[in-house]
Amino acid sequence: MTKEIKPKRRDFLFTATYTIGAVGLGAAIWPLVDQMNPDSSVKALSTTEVDVSGVEPGKTITVLWRGKPIFIRRRTKEEIDEAAAVDLKDLKDPEKDSDRAKNPEWLVMVGVCTHLGCVPLADKGDYKAWFCPCHGSHYDTSGRIRKGPAPTNLEIPKYEFVNNNTIKIG
Amino acid sequence: MSENKYIPKTKLAKWFDSRLPLLSLSHHLKEYPTPKNLNYWWTFGGILTFCLITQIVTGVILGMHYVAHTDYAFKSIEHIMRDVNYGWLLRYVHANGASMFFLAVYIHIFRGLFYGSYKAPREVIWIIGVIIYLLMMATAFMGYVLPWGQMSFWGATVITNLFSAIPLVGESITTWLWGGYAVDNPTLTRFYALHYLLPFLIFGLIILHIWALHVPGNNNPIGIDVKKNSNETMPFHPYMVMKDITALLVFIIIFFWFVFFAPNALGHPDNYIEANPLVTPTHIVPEWYLLPFYAILRAIPSKLGGVIFMFAAIFVLVALPWLDTSKVRSSTFRPLYRKFFWVLVATVILLGYLGAKPPEGIYLVLSRIATAYYFIHFLILLPVLGRYEKTDPLPMSISDPVLDKPGLFDKFKKAAGQYEGDNVGSFK
Repeated sequence: MTKEIKPKRRDFLFTATYTIGAVGLGAAIWPLVDQMNPDSSVKALSTTEVDVSGVEPGKTITVLWRGKPIFIRRRTKEEIDEAAAVDLKDLKDPEKDSDRAKNPEWLVMVGVCTHLGCVPLADKGDYKAWFCPCHGSHYDTSGRIRKGPAPTNLEIPKYEFVNNNTIKIG
Repeated sequence: MSENKYIPKTKLAKWFDSRLPLLSLSHHLKEYPTPKNLNYWWTFGGILTFCLITQIVTGVILGMHYVAHTDYAFKSIEHIMRDVNYGWLLRYVHANGASMFFLAVYIHIFRGLFYGSYKAPREVIWIIGVIIYLLMMATAFMGYVLPWGQMSFWGATVITNLFSAIPLVGESITTWLWGGYAVDNPTLTRFYALHYLLPFLIFGLIILHIWALHVPGNNNPIGIDVKKNSNETMPFHPYMVMKDITALLVFIIIFFWFVFFAPNALGHPDNYIEANPLVTPTHIVPEWYLLPFYAILRAIPSKLGGVIFMFAAIFVLVALPWLDTSKVRSSTFRPLYRKFFWVLVATVILLGYLGAKPPEGIYLVLSRIATAYYFIHFLILLPVLGRYEKTDPLPMSISDPVLDKPGLFDKFKKAAGQYEGDNVGSFK
């Protein structure tokens, strides 16, 4: 039988010292780690206004927002119909087209492949919409992932129509 | 460590050595007993040390002219190439030096795999080596980002996005790595700082690697333990030093052939286009030395899965000393393992080839097969072979494979007899 050892006053002092030491060390290391997160100047660039009056149907413009390309596509009737007709069961990341494009004519997405961050090419791939050349992900006319290694649909940023011709992203 | 106690000759040397035993250390390094049968595959340790020093020297100098800012980085590289005295030479030596470093380290690693240098009692040497290799890849990757060309930018984007595959915290980790929402100036400046730091960590680890080596001593092509300070070993200096220098000179000829005659052969022309965050080059490939892992990444049809398998392909090497259950070190006495070793070499080269090809059709099928085989080799073949392979008998000493050839002794006697008459026979 093992004899039960009662914790002594000294054991308590050691444990308390280690604990305070660990907390202090953590507090000292945190600034060294957190300095790598986006700084105030990076965060300050968080909205962009875009004039879309010159965009013809079936054309995409690309603008830069927070260092990332944003696709703004004025979709044709066929593209909208095609996107709406897709059965959600066929999708890897099921999302209704109407949830992705508030105004079905305009599709606003972050132009960054959700696989490893390349910029997909427009009007390419199996779905005649977006295709990522890096690792072969195919997206449909709603920017939803249909084939390839990307796990999710192209991201929809926060945006709003300031007026008929201007979109504010961010 | 030291086999014979070193006693300094002069009074001054004694005074100094008793305060800081640098002279004892240098004596140990000179007299360090090496097996006399080491072949030229054993010269790559010295070659790698040369590579690291070359990279540090040229890198520190390049750092005097380079500007780590997205607006100036690309221009400063052209400034180095066109304006700085011998800047073209220094940059080409540094860029090709990275490739040569990896060429040498791959030969060094496969040497270890062939001769079982990772087995007891050398596991720690091997694991330190794997860590050095990982740091080398990180350093090379961050260095490739610094010129801020298209491949720099998109390579950085793809590799940092690997971390976004981690569930829950992935996105926060990539944002933290970037210092923003995409690869941008904060990313460039931190990569520069770390690219400058890591080679010195590698240098420290190399000291540990050699220290750990000097405890049991070198493995050798026969793979049996040698008796130190017997006629089976020779002092490191001058014997191994001369052998290392001979190999190093050949290596330098190849190295500088690239530098002077094909300085961009191993690079990618797209990196002479300045980084553009709006356009991805149609075909992104990493530098050649990362291609096998890139092929594994793309072979798995899932983002997280690809990342896990890619890192597993490297980390499986850490477990290698315990996965290979065979007690026999050298492939020379392992008829089956020897064949599988060459199949593994071919598989890795095939993966490298596939990593440079688009991930579709036959290339994708082949990279899946090769990836599967890579893991089967380490996780199934090695443990099974260790149990069932019938190995060839080991010689008693490293001299035996040379001296035990039938008829060799008679031949020797005959040759000696020509000079000394027939009565020389009893010297055996």
